[in-house]
Amino acid sequence: MTVAVVTFGGSNCDRDAVRALSHLGIDAERVWHEDGLPADTEGVVLPGGFSYGDYLRAGAMAARTPVMAEVRECADEGVPVLGVCNGAQIGCEAGLTDGAFTTNRSARFQCEHVHLRVERADTPWTAAYDEGDVVEVPIAHGEGRFETRDDRLAELEAADRVLFRYCDADGNVTDAANPNGSAGNVAGLLGARETVAVMMPHPERATLPDVGGTDGQGVLRAFA
Amino acid sequence: MTAYTATVTVRLKRGVLDPEAETTKGALERLGFEVDELRSADRYELDFDAADADAARSRADEMAERLLANPTIHDYDVDVSER
Repeated sequence: MTVAVVTFGGSNCDRDAVRALSHLGIDAERVWHEDGLPADTEGVVLPGGFSYGDYLRAGAMAARTPVMAEVRECADEGVPVLGVCNGAQIGCEAGLTDGAFTTNRSARFQCEHVHLRVERADTPWTAAYDEGDVVEVPIAHGEGRFETRDDRLAELEAADRVLFRYCDADGNVTDAANPNGSAGNVAGLLGARETVAVMMPHPERATLPDVGGTDGQGVLRAFA
Repeated sequence: MTAYTATVTVRLKRGVLDPEAETTKGALERLGFEVDELRSADRYELDFDAADADAARSRADEMAERLLANPTIHDYDVDVSER
């Protein structure tokens, strides 16, 4: 029983994810995408990085690798699947969730701490929080602006698929607190099942006490 | 079978923010050019054989749908010519 952290060429948060999960007592291992998922996979992390050098679009190439068919099967069976940063871009490109993550409003790579408001606390990813809680986690991306088709954001909101929104330290969801211009300040969202989620901020970088805050631990505890 | 070149042009849907285009437009303006709006696009030229132009076009359409464009944010068009 293990969490498979799927590594592509150019992934660079795979070790961080394994270390963060291990810190929480969750068995996790890096899995090279060409090797496929282990038979005992009980969870999947699509880690951050720059898979395939962000060729074509961030996540576009990795989303179409054979291992993603296995990840989709896992997702359909209710196995928890989390995409973080480049993993979120891959998840969107692979159709695990709606929308797309594209070029930041600033047209710059942004590496900074942000605040997120927990929009739902009744999912595996947010059970450790209360609805409306404000958590502080880092972002590090150039293509993190969430976009959807015209009416789709309203549909996602109506379906309660929004997991986290960018907010200020007091939990106010404002344009000033939106680091990348994401539609609806969306920082993370759920797929068709609540066990599938993608998010641009890095919970695994806010898990080990030695490297700063630990607000991200709650997200990873979905795999416990 | 006939040899074709399919040209697929992928661009952001109108209304989707394009920060790179905005930045490029700003740089042109710094060079002294007046520009009302700048739109960028990606162009892919694909050489392959197909039974006829319709078959070539539908294959290029499928390539655009499945990989070259992201239908959430992109429009695309396909042009087919004999090579």
